[in-house]
Amino acid sequence: MDLAYKILIDPFMQMGSAPDLLVQTLWEGLVSGVLYSLIALGFVLIFKASGVFNFAQGIMVVFAALTLVGLHQAGLPAFVALALTIGVMFGLAFLVERLMLRPLVNQPDIILFMATFGLTYFLIGFGELVFGGNPKKMIASELYLPSGAIDIKMFGGFVSLQKIDIAAAVIVSLMVLSLALFFQKTRIGRALRAVADSHKAALSVGISLEQIWVVVWFAAGIVALVTGIMWGARSEVSFSLQVIALKALPVLILGGFTSIPGAIVGGLIIGIGEKIGEFYWGPLLGSGIESWLAYVIALFFLLFRPQGLFGEKIIERI
Amino acid sequence: MFYREAGQFKTTYQADQAVFPILQDRIGLALILLGAFALIPLMASDFFISVIMIPFLILALATMGLNILTGYTGLLSLGTGGFMGVGAFACYKLTTLYPGINIVVWILVSGFFSTALGIVFGLPSLRIKGFYLTVATLAAQFFLDWSFIRVQWLTNYNTSGAIEVPTRTLFSMPVTGPNATPQFRYLVILSIVTLLTWFASNLVHGRIGRMWMAVRDMDLAAELIGIPLYRTKLLAFAISSYYCGVAGALMVFFWYGSAEPGVFNIDQSFTILFMVIIGGLGSLTGSFFGAALIYGLPIVLKIVLHGVGINILPATVEHVTFMSVGALIVLVLIIEPLGLARLWQITKQKLRVWPFPY
Amino acid sequence: MAPDGPAVAAGDVLLAVENVSLAFGGVKAINGVSFDIRKGEIRAIIGPNGAGKTSMLNVINGFYHPQQGRITFKGEARPQMRPHDAASGGIARTFQNVALFRGMSSLDNIMTGRTLRMKTNLFWQLLRYGPAMREEVEHRARVEEIIDFLKIQDIRRTPVGRLPYGLQKRVELGRALAMEPELLLLDEPMAGMNLEEKEDMSRFILDVNDHFGTTVALIEHDMGVVMDLSDRVVVLDHGMKIADGTPDQVKSNQAVIDAYLGVAH
Repeated sequence: MDLAYKILIDPFMQMGSAPDLLVQTLWEGLVSGVLYSLIALGFVLIFKASGVFNFAQGIMVVFAALTLVGLHQAGLPAFVALALTIGVMFGLAFLVERLMLRPLVNQPDIILFMATFGLTYFLIGFGELVFGGNPKKMIASELYLPSGAIDIKMFGGFVSLQKIDIAAAVIVSLMVLSLALFFQKTRIGRALRAVADSHKAALSVGISLEQIWVVVWFAAGIVALVTGIMWGARSEVSFSLQVIALKALPVLILGGFTSIPGAIVGGLIIGIGEKIGEFYWGPLLGSGIESWLAYVIALFFLLFRPQGLFGEKIIERI
Repeated sequence: MFYREAGQFKTTYQADQAVFPILQDRIGLALILLGAFALIPLMASDFFISVIMIPFLILALATMGLNILTGYTGLLSLGTGGFMGVGAFACYKLTTLYPGINIVVWILVSGFFSTALGIVFGLPSLRIKGFYLTVATLAAQFFLDWSFIRVQWLTNYNTSGAIEVPTRTLFSMPVTGPNATPQFRYLVILSIVTLLTWFASNLVHGRIGRMWMAVRDMDLAAELIGIPLYRTKLLAFAISSYYCGVAGALMVFFWYGSAEPGVFNIDQSFTILFMVIIGGLGSLTGSFFGAALIYGLPIVLKIVLHGVGINILPATVEHVTFMSVGALIVLVLIIEPLGLARLWQITKQKLRVWPFPY
Repeated sequence: MAPDGPAVAAGDVLLAVENVSLAFGGVKAINGVSFDIRKGEIRAIIGPNGAGKTSMLNVINGFYHPQQGRITFKGEARPQMRPHDAASGGIARTFQNVALFRGMSSLDNIMTGRTLRMKTNLFWQLLRYGPAMREEVEHRARVEEIIDFLKIQDIRRTPVGRLPYGLQKRVELGRALAMEPELLLLDEPMAGMNLEEKEDMSRFILDVNDHFGTTVALIEHDMGVVMDLSDRVVVLDHGMKIADGTPDQVKSNQAVIDAYLGVAH
């Protein structure tokens, strides 16, 4: 009985007794959710257009951030470094398409998935070799990103919102909007959707698969760069970010693998769910349940709605 | 001309269904076993046995375990590290609670704890389509990682959070702990791995192996033939977890001698997976090849670079290893998705007709 | 082990489809179709593309469950039948796009057809000795009979992915035969074959029906094959049955001519 009280009643009492803490926790959850969404967005882009689940998205985030910081440290002014990093991400997309996607074009998806494992480890080794494994500070101020916090008085206490987090939310919204418009309205966007549906059909209407893939991996690279900047500005740029990127998987399960709004909603749910779970239920189990809570949430979802909130139900035809 | 099968006729189906129907293969296997059991303990250095052979055998065992699940049945698992850890911790608790029972017994029993956990995770997740099992194994991996640190009962409330391996004996000689000789440890491991490899080979060449491969290749057609999908997958999960559990217990007790809680993390899962991929999905011999290559690569790199006179930091070797492994994976998948095992098969094909080109 | 269910005498109804309707989302694939299959006959299911023929087989197999109507097999209604139950009941099937297990050899593929009859437990399988080995050899012998029958001896160890299409279809037939089915469902067994291969396949189907008494239901587009092989024909169009009878009756049926056969010029 005592246990039931601890699990079912007490956390909610805590929420009610200190609502400012609740709002703060919700906000923290929202913020990390936004960043999960960003990573998931990169996955969705590539999956939508090539059916490949790009496991390397996480390391691309780290790699982009490291390149930016590294170029700046080498003496280049911030925005020049930014432009060059964009170029590097394009180069990466080009190389990935040439050396990895093209030779594997007819293989089943699981082979491509495993190839992205290889890409991940390659980039980890390469990044550590070139940039060193120590955490670095993101050049947030040089990029005119705001710092400091806004404190809002609320519910008898106050809630502290970091300005960088607000900026992150705004940037993500803009990004999602532009991506959605891009997919719906432009010619290349339509081509991307065609390729996602069927490679062969797309080829038969004259769409160049190679070009599309470079575009898509480049777009994912840009998303990775933005993610790296925002995440790096909040904490620091380190290789541990790569494993955190695995959290995008539960996000995608919730949101569906091919849905951009799904990635956002899924990210927010996972982010908030994690933080609330950790803060209010965590002490019961011992701290650190954040490391696996997201996956368990995703698993429960899978049992009841495998295609996610926004995904399409797949009917198998023989 | 040495590898010709000409003149080797099988007159019974029994003979044809043998795992090694070709005489030369049987001779080769006998030689390998002879070398492994007799030559190496007698002639190889302590360094070679401790640093090369023991890890190789243990990793090959884990790789076989994962191969059964991923290579033969087509279910991708990222939880191998966690299941290895379950075996290790189970063994530790068993032997500290009941030190009178022989450690080898406990090693073989601890695998069943991994199996039990595998079934618990498998029961819900095998009902849903392929890829989602991967997520379940990921959840298991992170959860187990967290448990190994948090649940202090597992390490007997050790302050450092690590397992210290107690000395245990076999035939009145120390077989674990600091006093155990590498040769003795090696022979015990070799015996266990040989036995388990024989079991795996029998399974894989018979009815159960065919059921696994059918599920992997086309599960809808497999269902139609009457293969019970759910039970077949669950069996693969159970057996795979057993092998990984035993490998984990061997790793802690016979190789490391201790266990930091982080040693069974997601990197371990990936390492074993890469061994499976490079060695060859769906091949037991491939598991040995893959383990040898991935484990051996940094060692060989270090030796070669030292030999050439370049003194290289261990950290750099690690970075280069990562890059090489990553590039190797992509290369293997492009050139020969069936890995080293297939390359070996092709080599044998060529040997059959040697010295003729075809 | 004989398939379960009561024995059915030759000529009696083996499988009855009663007023079956199947829809995917808004699309009605099958609309109120009824027909039966008698034991020992060769029944053809024909019709233009998209008529619902493959869906019909999938319903009989238990892959799809009809929203309306029912299937009766050997006198027992089989609601919500799973493919596994269809298999143990004695129904075997081949597919339009060959559904072989590409990672295995022809021999192993056909051996998988014996799975339902292989009973030795895990313990003996681990040892591959005694009962397990005896069973393996016994079933290998049976499979070899099928291999002889289909004349595919020299490709038994070849991985099926490397076989030409015609041979793959033969191996797939072998796998279905290995199940010793009472009812054999063939989905376009002649598709993509040249004249010789079609003659071979026709011979095999007739022999299977003659020697083993296996009831055959086949979907086929080649009218010559249909007319020669089948005892009765059912014609589907747009998910509905438009004719049912002997090949001659169907050939001269006006509705069938309009929808499908056309008139000789």
